[in-house]
Amino acid sequence: MYEFLTGPALWLTFIIFFGGVVWRAVWYVRGLDWQMDRVAYGYHNDLAIKGALKSILHWLLPFGSRCWRLKPGFYLLFFTFHIGLLLVPVFLIAHNVILQERFGISLWTFSPRVADVLSIAMLVSAVFIVLRRIALPEVRILTTFYDYLLILISTAPFITGLLCRFQVGGDYHFWLLAHIITGEIWLIAVPFTKLSHAILFFMSRAQLGMDYGIKRGGKYGRGLAW
Amino acid sequence: MPEGVFCNKTPVSTEEGLLALLGDKGGRQYYDEMSRLEVNKEALKATLDKTCKSRFRTWLEICAHCGLCADSCFLYLVNDRDPEQVPSFKIQSTLGEMVRRKGDVDNAFMLRTMEIAWSKCTCCNRCGMYCPHGIDMGIMFGYLRGLCFSQGFVPWELKIGSGMHRIYKAQMNVTTEDWVGTCEWMAEEQQDEWPGLEIPVDLEDADLMYTCNAREPKHYPEDIAEVAILFHITGEKWTVPSEGWEQTCLTLFAGDWPACKAQTENVYAAIERLRPKRVVGTECGHAHRCTVVEGPYWAGRRDGLPPAPYLHYTEWVAEALRTGKIKIDPAKRIKEPVTYQDSCNYIRNYGLSEIVREIMGYLVEPGYFVEMWPNKEHNYCCGGGGGFNGVGMYRKQRNKALLTKRDQILATGCKLVVSPCHNCWDAIRDLEEEYEIGIRWSFLKPLLIKMAIIPEHLLPKEEEEEE
Repeated sequence: MYEFLTGPALWLTFIIFFGGVVWRAVWYVRGLDWQMDRVAYGYHNDLAIKGALKSILHWLLPFGSRCWRLKPGFYLLFFTFHIGLLLVPVFLIAHNVILQERFGISLWTFSPRVADVLSIAMLVSAVFIVLRRIALPEVRILTTFYDYLLILISTAPFITGLLCRFQVGGDYHFWLLAHIITGEIWLIAVPFTKLSHAILFFMSRAQLGMDYGIKRGGKYGRGLAW
Repeated sequence: MPEGVFCNKTPVSTEEGLLALLGDKGGRQYYDEMSRLEVNKEALKATLDKTCKSRFRTWLEICAHCGLCADSCFLYLVNDRDPEQVPSFKIQSTLGEMVRRKGDVDNAFMLRTMEIAWSKCTCCNRCGMYCPHGIDMGIMFGYLRGLCFSQGFVPWELKIGSGMHRIYKAQMNVTTEDWVGTCEWMAEEQQDEWPGLEIPVDLEDADLMYTCNAREPKHYPEDIAEVAILFHITGEKWTVPSEGWEQTCLTLFAGDWPACKAQTENVYAAIERLRPKRVVGTECGHAHRCTVVEGPYWAGRRDGLPPAPYLHYTEWVAEALRTGKIKIDPAKRIKEPVTYQDSCNYIRNYGLSEIVREIMGYLVEPGYFVEMWPNKEHNYCCGGGGGFNGVGMYRKQRNKALLTKRDQILATGCKLVVSPCHNCWDAIRDLEEEYEIGIRWSFLKPLLIKMAIIPEHLLPKEEEEEE
C-alpha cells in the first residue's frame, strides 16, 4: 500500500496537480478578451507589467495593502495559515528524504521542530478562520458547506501529518497512510476546486493590476493605491 | 405576459416610442408589465456563453467568501452592516447564480437582480481595491446590468435614457439645432462683459475641442458660457463639434451595450472630422469614464486610447494654472475651510487624485483645504453614482446612501465642497436638500472665473473708461 501510494499514485497526483494548474492558467489567459475586459492587453506594456507586479506584491508583502492594515487580526490568521500550508510540505525533512531516495535531489530543509510549530500554528489559525466564519454575519452569509470542505481538505494532511509524527495511539503506519492519502487528495483538489486560487490568485491580481496600470491611473503613477 | 407595451426586450429607438414611454408617468404601467415579463432563457444562456469569459468566471469561482469586501462598500456600512449588502453576496446571489444556472432564471429572480444591480451597487469599484484576489465586483455589476437590460429588466428612467441616446445621441432631448443655438446664445449673452468672446462651432484643426454633458445645454447653459470665458481668458484656439458634443452615455448605466458603442463612435467621429490637437471634456466623471476610460473599448480601438489625447477638465485646469495661462488673484483665494469630493470615475478609476490637489493648492489659501476621510482613490462614492441619482423607484435607498457623504463632509467641518463631477454635484445638492447641513458646493469653473486675474485687453472698454 505504501509503495503504491508513494509510487504510481503519487506520480498520478503530481501529473494531475501540475497539469491541472498549468491548464487553469492557460484557460484563464486564453479566455481574456481585450474588448470585454476593457483592457488593452499587449499595449502599454511598461504600465501593464508595473501594474501587475504591484498588484501582486502589495498583497504578498506583510501589511502591504490598505485592506491588510485595516484588518491586522485576519491578516495574521491568513498569513500564518498560508505560510504553514506552503512551506511545511516543501521544506519538511521527511519529504526531502523521500525526494533524495527517489530522485537523488533534496531541497534545503528546516528542523522538525520548526515544521511542528508552523503546522500547529497553521491549524490553530484554521480553527480561528472557521470561528470567524461562524461569528461574523458578513462572512456567515457567504459561507457554504463547500468552504468548510475545502478547509478540511487543506488541513487534513497537516492533522494526519502531526498525528503520524507524534505516533498518536502508537499506530504510526495508519497515520502515515492517512497522511499520504489526504495529501494526495489535497493536491488533486487544487485544479478542480477554488483551491485553484493557488495559481489564479496570481492571474487575477495581475489582470486587475494591468487594468489599473493601462487604463485606470497607471500613467499618472496612481491607480490601485495602497 | 411575454412582452409589455413599454416593458419589453426591445430598446426604444423612435421618438414616438420615447414620448409614449415618457407619458407613462413614474413608469407605473412599465413596472406593472415588468412584473409579468418572461425571461428568454435561451438568449440569456447564449449571451452568457459568448460574453461571460474566464475573467468573470474565475472571479465568481475563486471568491474565498472571506467577507473582506464588506467594509469596503459604503452601502453595506450605511445600511447598518446588513449582510445582504456585502458585495460578494450581492454579486454571487445575482450574476453568480445566473451563471451557475446557465441562464435558467425566472421573472422573480430577474426582478430581484435588477433591484440589487441598480440600488445596491453604484459601480464605484471600491470593493475591487480591498479584495485579496482582486475581484472587482463593480465591473461585474456593470456587466450584469447589460444582461438585465437585454432581458428588459431595467429601471424606467434608464430605459428612457437609453432611448434618448439612441434617438438624440444625447442623454436628454437636445438636438443639433438646440445645441448650436445654445452655443450662439451663450456667446451673444457674454458680449457686454466679454467682448469678442466666441464659441466656435466645427472649427477644424483647433488646439482644443470641448465636449460636455447634455444637461449643460438643457438646464445649465451658463456652464457653457463659463467654459467659453475660461478658454477666452487663456486664449485657446478651441471649438465645439455640432455633432458628437455629448460626452455622457446613460446607456452605460443602463447596460445598453450597442448604444454605448454608437454613442462613443459619435464623439470619436467628431474628433476625426475636426482633427483637434486635443480634446477636453467637462467636469463630469461619468462622461470621462464613458468616452475616455471605457469608450475606446466600446469603439473597438485596440490600443485603448481615444483618437486624440482627451483630457478631463481638471487636467486642463491644472495645466492652465501651472503654465500661468490662468493666474489666480491671491486676494480672492478661498479663505474658509473647504473640502474636495474625489469622484470615483476620474480619481479611483483614472488616477487624477494629485492633479486635483494641485488645483486646490492654487485656489485655496494655505491651511484651509481639509481632506475628507477616506480620500483620494479610497474615497466613498457620493451616494448617487452609477445612475442611482436618477431612478425614482430607488429614491429612498439613494437618500440613505447619501448619509455616508453627509457624514464625511460634516467630519471635515467645511461648509464649502468643491465637486467637479455632475453626478457628485447632484448628490451633494440632494443631500443638502434632504438633510440640511448648511453646506455650499461648486464646480471648478465658477470658482476659477471669480478668482482669475483678467488680462487688461479682455476687459470691456466701458469698464476701462470708468476706471
